Amino acid sequence: MGTINISRKYTAKQKSYLPAIFVGLKITMKHFIKGFFFRKNVTIQYPEVKRDYSDRFRGMHFISVDKNKTENCTACFLCETVCPADCIHIVADEREDEFNPDGVKKEKKPVSFDIDALRCCFCGFCEEACPKDAIKMSGNYEMAVSSREEAFYDLDHLKRDIKGRGKIV
Amino acid sequence: MEMFDLIQMVAKVLLVLGVCLGVLPFIIWFERRGASWMQGRVGPNRVGPFGLMQPLADVIKFLSKEEFSPREVNKFYYYLAPIVALIAPICALAVIPFGSKAIIDGKEVILQIAPMDTGIIFILAFAGLEVYPVILAGWASKNKYSVLGALRGSAQIVSYEISMGLALLSMLIVYGTFSPQEMVTWQSGTFLGFLPSWGVFVNPIGAMVFWIAIFAETNRLPFDLPEGESELVAGYHLEYGAMKFALFFMAEYVAMIMASAFISTMFFGGYSLLPGMAEAVNFISNHFGFLETGRQNVKAFFEFISIFTKVSFFMFVFIWVRWTLPRFRFDQLMDLGWKILFPLSLINLVGVTIAVYFLNQ
Repeated sequence: MGTINISRKYTAKQKSYLPAIFVGLKITMKHFIKGFFFRKNVTIQYPEVKRDYSDRFRGMHFISVDKNKTENCTACFLCETVCPADCIHIVADEREDEFNPDGVKKEKKPVSFDIDALRCCFCGFCEEACPKDAIKMSGNYEMAVSSREEAFYDLDHLKRDIKGRGKIV
Repeated sequence: MEMFDLIQMVAKVLLVLGVCLGVLPFIIWFERRGASWMQGRVGPNRVGPFGLMQPLADVIKFLSKEEFSPREVNKFYYYLAPIVALIAPICALAVIPFGSKAIIDGKEVILQIAPMDTGIIFILAFAGLEVYPVILAGWASKNKYSVLGALRGSAQIVSYEISMGLALLSMLIVYGTFSPQEMVTWQSGTFLGFLPSWGVFVNPIGAMVFWIAIFAETNRLPFDLPEGESELVAGYHLEYGAMKFALFFMAEYVAMIMASAFISTMFFGGYSLLPGMAEAVNFISNHFGFLETGRQNVKAFFEFISIFTKVSFFMFVFIWVRWTLPRFRFDQLMDLGWKILFPLSLINLVGVTIAVYFLNQ
């Protein structure tokens, strides 16, 4: 083993560097003209323009609601059980009948439904486990907060109004 | 000294300093945005229209930062380095002619701050000073990365100064003079019937060697080993903050302007009119009915435009090359300097000497 010396045969043209340098200069000039005259670039001007992620992107959680703004969650604890990061905490209670106008009996309801976004690993297992399609992950990736408390999502926050997948446009 | 001499001298100094320092923010802006365009990015575009106010914001930041120096540094040399870095290239600009002469109030004004016969020696002396800020800053900082950068930098600048000097010497033999004004006059003719008799056409190898050596002298990529961001953090100016760093930063660009002006004067005809400008001078003079004096002043104006264009072009090439080529390794740098450029310039010098000897007979 040890050092392996590889020797290549270079032509005089390659040895003199200069032709290769001019090729390089031509390429950068092409890019310069593209950027300067045609304003072509790959930068996304972030706060004004948002990156378009795929529909499968797993961002900030939300809980879907029916037309009465009642959450679809029945506090079955499947998400809490499956969560590998142990970041979902549900307190269940019985649900009154008047919240089921269509006759679909949702027997239980979550009294509190807390997600600790700082622990969450955004694996999406909760979304897959949910039998009621209640807990979902939106396309919102702007999850920066200015205090630790804001990163604990409670039921009110999770039931916020979300259109479609909740993508940032 | 008469009053007129004093006024015209101060006016010339102010003009050169004003233009040179006035275009600095624009060059820095262009460096950053040009880099972005070449890399498919946008670059700073938030401060002012097109981000043009960005350098101003930078200056405000530099000025309002805390002025501090590390405990262990040698204070005198530590503070001396950025001053020398900025002063040296500005002084060298004094002998760059930016026009033949203007006639004001019946008196001739030579458009050069210091019209001296040994102008090239003067430039070389101050270009040679550029090694001092590097080694002073590195050594006084008491930082191992700074010292490494300074050692590399000084070795590099000293090595490339030899090739630069030899390339220059071959041109001095061709021109037969040390005075920049006479060199430009020599270059304002034609060569082989159709080319302007610029040094680059008369002595292309010399021009190439000089051009490469200039990059090493100004510590620009591909020869920015004294800084070497990825290896030495920032090299010799690692321990400098606030306005002291800003001075180094400005010095780099002033040195680039000086180098561009130097190569324009030596190899690209200096202030001699670009093709088409002579016709423009004639047209304007005839249009306004200027006589000899007015015609000369219009010509001087166009000569200034000419050298300004040339310097701008070379500044662009500096930036263009920077974003094209990666940094040389240190042994590659020394190989290029000592094994290729040094023999090449030496052979070129001998060849030019023989050619000039036989052509002058």
